[in-house]
Amino acid sequence: MSVFIIRRLLQSIVVVAVMSLLVFFAVNVVGDPVDMLINPEADQAEIEKTMRAFGLDRPVHEQYWFFLSNAVKGDLGKSFIFGEPALKLIVERMPATLELAFAALLLAVVIALPLGIYAGLKPDSKFSKTIMAGSILGFSLPTFWVGLMMIMVFAVMLGWLPSTGRGETTSLLGIQVSFLTWDGLRHLVLPALNLSLFKMSLTIRVARAATREVVHQDYIKFAHAKGLSSRRVILVHLLKNIMIPVVTVLGLELGGLIAFSVVTETVFAWPGMGKLVIEAIQNLDRPIIVAYLMITVLMFVTINLLVDVLYSVLDPRVRLQDVKA
Amino acid sequence: MTTSVQQISVPAGAPTEAAAVKVQTPFRRFLSDFFESGTAIAAFTVLLVIIFIAVVAPLISPTNPYDLAIVTVLDNRLPPGTRNLDGMTFWLGTDGAGRDLLSAIFYGLRTSLWVGVMSGLIALCIGGTIGLIAAYFGGRTDTLIMRIVDLQLSFPAILIALVLLAVLGKGVDKIIIALVAVQWAYYARTVRASALVERNKEYIEAAICLALGHRRIVFRHLLPNCLAPLIVVGTLQTAHAISLEATLSFLGVGLPITEPSLGLLIANGFEYMLSGRYWISFFPGVALLVTIVSINLVGDQLRDVLNPRLQR
Amino acid sequence: MRVFRHFVSGVVATALLLPVALSAQELRVGLALEPTSIDPHYHNLTPNNALAREIFDRLVMPDENQQLKPGLAVSWRPVKKTIWEFKLRKGVKFHDGTPFTADDVIFTFERAPNVAQSPSSFGTYLKGKKIEKVDDYTVRIITEKPYPLMPNDMSTFSIISKKHGQGATTADYNSGKAAIGTGAYKFVEWVPGDRLILERNDNYWGKKPQWSKVVIKPIKSGPARVAALLAGDVEFIDNVPTTDITQLEMNPKLNLSQGVSNRVIYLHMDQFRDDSPYVKAKDGGPVKNALKDVRVRRAISKAINREAIVERVMEGVAIPAGQLLPAGFFGVSANLKPEKHDPQSAKQLLADAGLPDGFQLTIHGPNDRYINDAKIAEAIAQMLTRIGIKTAVETMPKSVYFKRASRGGPNKSPEFSFILVGWGAGSGEASSPLKSLLHTYDKSRGFGASNRGRYSNPEVDQLVEQALATVDDAKRQKLLAKATEVAVNDLGIIPLHYQVNTWASRKGLKYLARTDEQTLYTGIVSE
Repeated sequence: MSVFIIRRLLQSIVVVAVMSLLVFFAVNVVGDPVDMLINPEADQAEIEKTMRAFGLDRPVHEQYWFFLSNAVKGDLGKSFIFGEPALKLIVERMPATLELAFAALLLAVVIALPLGIYAGLKPDSKFSKTIMAGSILGFSLPTFWVGLMMIMVFAVMLGWLPSTGRGETTSLLGIQVSFLTWDGLRHLVLPALNLSLFKMSLTIRVARAATREVVHQDYIKFAHAKGLSSRRVILVHLLKNIMIPVVTVLGLELGGLIAFSVVTETVFAWPGMGKLVIEAIQNLDRPIIVAYLMITVLMFVTINLLVDVLYSVLDPRVRLQDVKA
Repeated sequence: MTTSVQQISVPAGAPTEAAAVKVQTPFRRFLSDFFESGTAIAAFTVLLVIIFIAVVAPLISPTNPYDLAIVTVLDNRLPPGTRNLDGMTFWLGTDGAGRDLLSAIFYGLRTSLWVGVMSGLIALCIGGTIGLIAAYFGGRTDTLIMRIVDLQLSFPAILIALVLLAVLGKGVDKIIIALVAVQWAYYARTVRASALVERNKEYIEAAICLALGHRRIVFRHLLPNCLAPLIVVGTLQTAHAISLEATLSFLGVGLPITEPSLGLLIANGFEYMLSGRYWISFFPGVALLVTIVSINLVGDQLRDVLNPRLQR
Repeated sequence: MRVFRHFVSGVVATALLLPVALSAQELRVGLALEPTSIDPHYHNLTPNNALAREIFDRLVMPDENQQLKPGLAVSWRPVKKTIWEFKLRKGVKFHDGTPFTADDVIFTFERAPNVAQSPSSFGTYLKGKKIEKVDDYTVRIITEKPYPLMPNDMSTFSIISKKHGQGATTADYNSGKAAIGTGAYKFVEWVPGDRLILERNDNYWGKKPQWSKVVIKPIKSGPARVAALLAGDVEFIDNVPTTDITQLEMNPKLNLSQGVSNRVIYLHMDQFRDDSPYVKAKDGGPVKNALKDVRVRRAISKAINREAIVERVMEGVAIPAGQLLPAGFFGVSANLKPEKHDPQSAKQLLADAGLPDGFQLTIHGPNDRYINDAKIAEAIAQMLTRIGIKTAVETMPKSVYFKRASRGGPNKSPEFSFILVGWGAGSGEASSPLKSLLHTYDKSRGFGASNRGRYSNPEVDQLVEQALATVDDAKRQKLLAKATEVAVNDLGIIPLHYQVNTWASRKGLKYLARTDEQTLYTGIVSE
């Protein structure tokens, strides 16, 4: 197992290095940051001076080399716009995004998993059909549109929940979190639900499919025959076996949640790193874009690795090795 | 990691009643299985109508919403049912640029479906080929390809598309390229998963023993047997591509504003939502919803019917 | 459909019934654009400048119409053509109690142009100027050549405390350590992307600010910002989207404040290439650049229905433009009126120019920079297509657009043929757009930096340069007006409209709408 993990870690480093190259050159093709930064009233000399100050007058490969040699030391460059280290800015905003993503994940598990299992156990009931129809809607509606609808209904019309922003935060182990205060929780509900919608639909479908597959396996039939209560069969035997696909999908999708929070954070003015990066893209703040993508890749690679490890814990038949047929 | 996916992409379908007794061709059986469900019939019918509308859009639209000589801002933001000075009635109202919404929705459907289907097909061809190659040759080729696929999949599709479109600019062809770039890996993974199973079956061994060419074995023997999951994933990915295109339009990259897709119509109308001019994004929204839902329903039914674990 | 309309009005009505829970002196504001730093000299950007003005002060403080008013300087005058003298305000104290003197001004002169890693430096306003201390409350600023815009320049940057500013980095300002000014509000806390908190400076030398505490929330998305106001999460928002204005106006619980801005939206045309990349013949083949012909430019101007753009695209919230700045600004011409919509004469002009069948053109514009920018480009394409100039529209994010528009072509020349752009006159007078947009492109002398059409007219150049060396206000006003007339009548650019900005607040509050588009918390007052 440790050999496997070490190999995967080495592969991950290669992946991250390749990504950094691709991303760096890609962002350097688009536009010129100076146009986004400088006041229009500045004259040509001023523009060139600023270009020099940011090293934008150097050839791309030279800029990349400079970036790489600093990145190895843990310095991913300074934001053009904020003048502070890109890494620091992202890390500052990370708790907000992670909080949102985990809240969405939690919603998906708590709400969607039971619904999915139900739909899998009783595929022909009216309620199951409603659940499945709902999940198709969840798949089909664009996130941004649902987000605004939610604001309109729950914040503007009903006035139950705040429309935008993050609520009061408290410090938990040195990290600012908002789910421990009432105000923070109220602010969290709508964006988390919005972000979660797609994942809920997915979870429902995966859980349903897995349930239907497992339900017909001999050991479930046997457990029933043995006279175990339905509850026990479902909670112990069934749940344990459908957890594998569910954990895999949710694990892989956690990354997707973090990425898609770009849209939710924009609609709900949630101060997370998704909003930071979309604004960085709009303003060509290259160091932030590069750093963000590097961090996401790193996070994805880690999550994938964890999913694989978790997988082997959940299913002893799965041996950790590079997947072959 | 990839094994898990095998299980998800082809989940079990409905255990159904005893198969019909009559001798049937596989295609007949597929049809009868497919149209077993009322929902599927409805969805399929709706989808056919949508495709029909998209194909004949230029013939049935009251106006050409892409012709700037006809569209005028003087007619913009008119509520549904308004007649303008030329005696033209806008049954669904007009959008912010003065386009007749009914025509714009017909044309938008056309663009959206074209983008979804083309990007799906191209991604299917590219991804499918790569997946087959990985499964057939195995070993280092497989490892290398699957690492690239993992890399691609581990990267948020929306971010890749954003960066790509920022580089490429606007246009139908460009958004198709971007969507292919984010989709091919799904197909590659799906095909590889089912091809791996087929690869070890005897008929492939036999074909190899006959010393048939690699190309022939891969495309004539391996591919037809991996089509089922590919079709399922293809349908669902098409729906996903249409939705992704809408989101990209919302974020300000994608299609030119003078030739809006459904997604772009919604994104443009989005800013009018609070102002009471609901129709500008509501009707295109309904059209998009109906389209995606019907594609998804058809895809779902296909998945149930084509599920190889459910050979009756 | 009716039902839905009821639903929407229901939405608004319910919002009205919500109790407004806030202490009378606390103000919560939803801002479209967040400052990028608290350091007043880090980034010359509208939101930064607006915030800096509240925490710090300027020597000269432009009022809501950009008229220059005394700030930390009580008076100023040119003692010679090349020397300006500023008398400073006595008895002013920084937030920590230290008195303000000439030393702080001199220190500011040293720091402002030299902030490390500044993305847009204030050096623009400070270069070529030397400062001398006469006494604790008098300074003299010396230039090599006569320089009439001295008071305007002195209204652009904030005066910081020497005591706290020495050795202070941008990070020290962001943390609040060095963010100590003389302004109406004191800095309390900044969590980027989330909130910015200010509190009242009770010892402010000027009019006492109304709010004991201001909480600023950045809400970039327009509909979300409006929703936050409707939901009562904030009491005030800026940059109200034009699409929502009608609806908000009808809302009895809200109040709108509007004002014309110093920003003109205009079209620039390629006037330097004989073969322009986006000008094509009717059949798509190559053609001589028609935009070089003044008749074609005039035809374009006449084909554009400015009233329709204002009414239909801008929902009435803009003013048709006939020159570079709206009436009331220094240096505008009294003779220029917006071009009348006249498609018949436009077609005739095209025929006179030898293009009776028109030609093909592409308009390029940003889609996230000016109010409704992409929609305006689309409307113009419709109008030009109607007179036979078959116009395609290509809009793109500003991040891509401006590089290509400024230097995307060969040898860093402008790439496009026909572009939609806007210009805000930061100095509040006509020399700003004349110098940057219409003077011949001249890199070595810093003229025509944003002249993306490379328009060149020696008469305009001469008038602009003469104006920039004329200290006498009346004479300069005449020269600027004359230069504007020559350039606009020659269609160096085609002005479309002046932007009007809208702020919205709950009932009982109003905003002194500013031409410089800044949102100032001192400007939000009870009705």
